[in-house]
Amino acid sequence: MAEPILKVENLKKYFPLKRGLLASLRGEPQRFVHAVDGVSFEIYKQQVFALVGESGCGKSTTGRLIVKLLEPTDGKIYLEGEDVTEIKTKEELLAYRRRVQMIFQDPFASLNPRFRIFDVLEEPLLIHGIGETRAEREELIYKALEMVKIIPPEDYVSRFPHMLSGGQRQRVAIARALILNPTFIVADEPVSMLDVSIRAEILELMKSLKDKMGVTYLYITHDLSTARYFADWIAVMYLGRIVEMGPAEKVIDNPLHPYTRALLAAVPEPKPERRNVIKELPIKGEVPSAVNIPPGCRFHPRCIYAKKGLCDVEQPKLIEYEHNHFAECHLVGKF
Amino acid sequence: MAKNVLEVRNLKMYYFTSKGVVKAVDNISFDLKKGEVLGLAGESGCGKSSLGFTLLGMPTPPGKIVDGSIKIDGREIVGLPEDVLRKEIRWQKISMIFQGAMNALNPVYTIGFQMTEPLIYHKGMSQEEALDRAQKYLELVGLDPEIVYRYPHELSGGMKQRVVIAMALLMEPSVVIADEPTTALDVIVQAQIINLMKRLKKELNLSMIFITHDLSILAEISDKVAIMYAGKIIEIGDSEKIYYEPAHPYTQKLLAAIPRLHEDVERLEFIPGQPPNLINPPKGCRFHPRCPYAMDVCKEQEPELKEIDKDHYAACWLL
Ligand SMILES: Nc1ncnc2c1ncn2[C@@H]1O[C@H](COP(=O)(O)OP(=O)(O)OP(=O)(O)O)[C@@H](O)[C@H]1O
Ligand SMILES: Nc1ncnc2c1ncn2[C@@H]1O[C@H](COP(=O)(O)OP(=O)(O)O)[C@@H](O)[C@H]1O
Ligand code: SF4
Ligand code: SF4
Ligand SMILES: [Mg+2]
Ligand SMILES: [Mg+2]
Repeated sequence: MAEPILKVENLKKYFPLKRGLLASLRGEPQRFVHAVDGVSFEIYKQQVFALVGESGCGKSTTGRLIVKLLEPTDGKIYLEGEDVTEIKTKEELLAYRRRVQMIFQDPFASLNPRFRIFDVLEEPLLIHGIGETRAEREELIYKALEMVKIIPPEDYVSRFPHMLSGGQRQRVAIARALILNPTFIVADEPVSMLDVSIRAEILELMKSLKDKMGVTYLYITHDLSTARYFADWIAVMYLGRIVEMGPAEKVIDNPLHPYTRALLAAVPEPKPERRNVIKELPIKGEVPSAVNIPPGCRFHPRCIYAKKGLCDVEQPKLIEYEHNHFAECHLVGKF
Repeated sequence: MAKNVLEVRNLKMYYFTSKGVVKAVDNISFDLKKGEVLGLAGESGCGKSSLGFTLLGMPTPPGKIVDGSIKIDGREIVGLPEDVLRKEIRWQKISMIFQGAMNALNPVYTIGFQMTEPLIYHKGMSQEEALDRAQKYLELVGLDPEIVYRYPHELSGGMKQRVVIAMALLMEPSVVIADEPTTALDVIVQAQIINLMKRLKKELNLSMIFITHDLSILAEISDKVAIMYAGKIIEIGDSEKIYYEPAHPYTQKLLAAIPRLHEDVERLEFIPGQPPNLINPPKGCRFHPRCPYAMDVCKEQEPELKEIDKDHYAACWLL
C-alpha cells in the first residue's frame, strides 16, 4: 500500500487550566484540560478522513495541531513522511502552510470584513510570493473563484464579504485555501452553519475538488450523516481519544463501540412514520469534563455495558477487530 | 375529530425599515388541531421566527401586523390591546420557546427566581404557589426540582434547554411554539430533548408549532408540515405526504439535499442561488429564479395554495 499523506502518532495536547493565585500559593498541583489524549491515524491520498464526535471531544484541537496553529504536548505528525513537529524556522513554517490549509466553521467570521474578495484571495499569494505581477495574481484569483463557482469572478472581486450569502462566503473561504494548491486541507465543520440546500452545494464542491485537484481532507464534523456521505474513513472521538475508526460504511452499518452506537441511534432521520416512537438511546449521564478523565475506559460512567472491575480499572486498547476496522473497548462483540 | 386550537387566516406582518418594507410574513393561513404538532421549515431568513413572534402578538420592532386573523381557542387576538394580550393571552394561551433562549437565561438569578417571577407579578400567585408550580414542571421535563436553587452556569446545555421548555409550559397554554429548540445541542442531547417533547405531546396532549430548518429533526415529531419560502407557506400537509410525496419543486429539492445515514446517495441536490430579499421579492412565484421548471406564467402570476390531495396543499403552477 502507498505511503499515507498524513500520519499522526500518539498525539497529545494538554491545556493548563488557569488557577487562582491562592491555589498556586497553596501548592495545589497544576491541572490540565486533556483536549487530545493520544490519537493516532493515517490518511491516504485523495481520501476524506472524518473526525466525528460531540462538542469538546478534541476535534478542532486535533485539526489545529495538524495545521500548526498549536504545538502538541506530545506525539508526532508526519506529512508525506516528513516530521512536522521538527519544523522550527519561519521559512519552514511558511512552506508547510502552503501545503496544508484550513477551512473554518464560521463563514461570517473567517473572512476579514475590511478586505474585498480580491484582497482576501491575494493575501496568501503575497505572503507566499506567488505571482510576479498583479496581472498574474489576478489570473490565479479568477481561476480559484471559477473553481468554486463564483461566476463570473469580475462581478464579485470588488465586493466585501458582507455582500455575499453564507454559501458564497464559504466558497470564497475554500477558494482561499485552494489558491495555494495545497496537498492537504483541514475542513473544520465547514457546513455546520449553512442551510441544507447550501450545505449540499459546498459538500458537492469539496467532493469535486478532491477528484479534480487531488486534495486530501481531514473533515471535522459532529454530523454523522454528512460524514457518511463525504468521507471514506470515519474516526469517532470521545474525550480526546479515537474510540472507533474504519471505512465509513463499516463504522455506520456495523458499529463496534457502545459510544458509536449511541451516536448513531441519536441521529435524526427524515422518516415521519416514527414520530410517536420514543427513541432508545443506549447511553446514560452526560459528558464529563476533560479535566477529570474517568479511569479505565473513559467512557465507562456512561456505558450501559460497563463491567465493574474491568472497565473502570483498565484502559482498553485500540484493536483491529475486522480488516481496517478498529475499536477501543474491552467487550467488543460481547454485548 | 379534534378541534382547532389555532386558526390563522391571511396573516401579514411586515417590518417597516428605513430601507423599505420587509414582507416577512406574507398572507399565511393554516389551522392547528388539539394535540397536533405542526412542523415549520424553510431556509434561513424565510420568516419562521417572524411568524412565531407574530402568533404571540408581539412582532419585533419595526414589525407590525398589517392584516389577517389569529384565533386561539376561537378568540381573535389581532387588534387586542397590549395589556389584554399580556394579561390574558401571551403565556397562558400561547407561549414560545425562543430561538437561543437557553443562552439568554439571566446568569445572576437562580432558576427558581426566573421561573416564579412572572407567576408572582403577572398571575398574582403567592411565592409558595409559584415555587410549587415551577417545581412541578421541572419534574415533568425530567429535572430534579431542587434545580430551582441553582444558577444557569451550573447547568449543562441540555438541562438549560429543559428549563426553558418548562418555562413555556408553566401557564398551561393551549399552543406552544418551539423555535429551533435543539439546534445548538449535541446530537445525543438533541435526541433526548426530542424524546422529551414527544412525551409532553402525549402526556399533556400538547398542541405545538415546531420550527427548524432541519427537515430530519422535523420528521421526528411533526404530524403536519408546512414549508415556508420567502414569507409564504408554499406547501402544507400531513408529514407522510410532505416527506414521501412532496409536490412543490422547492420541497422536493430541500428533501433531496439531505444526506441519509443509512443510504448511499450518489449526489446531493442543491438549490442554486439564494433566497430573495423580502423587500423586493420576485414577481409571480417567488421561487421562480431558482426553479428548474419555471415557465412564463411563473414570472408573472403568483400561484395560490391549492388542495392537490386530501389535506395536502401546494402553491405551484405545475400542479
Ligand atoms: N426586527 C427586524 N427588523 C427588520 N427585519 C427583520 C427583523 N427581524 C427579522 N427581519 C427580517 O425578516 C426576515 C425573516 O426573518 P426571521 O428571523 O423570521 O427568519 P427565520 O426563518 O426565523 O430564519 P432563521 O432560520 O435564520 O432563524 C429576514 O429577511 C430578516 O432579515
Ligand atoms: N486554547 C484552549 N485553551 C484551553 N482549553 C481549550 C483550548 N482549546 C480547546 N480547549 C478545550 O479542549 C477540549 C477540546 O476542545 P475542541 O478541540 O475545541 O473540541 P471540538 O472541536 O471537538 O468541539 C475542550 O474541553 C475545550 O474546552
Ligand atoms: S470498555 Fe467497557 S465501559 Fe468502555 S466502552 Fe467497552 S464496555 Fe463500555
Ligand atoms: S410556480 Fe413555477 S417557478 Fe414556482 S415552483 Fe412552480 S414551476 Fe417553479
Ligand atoms: Mg470544534
Ligand atoms: Mg429564526
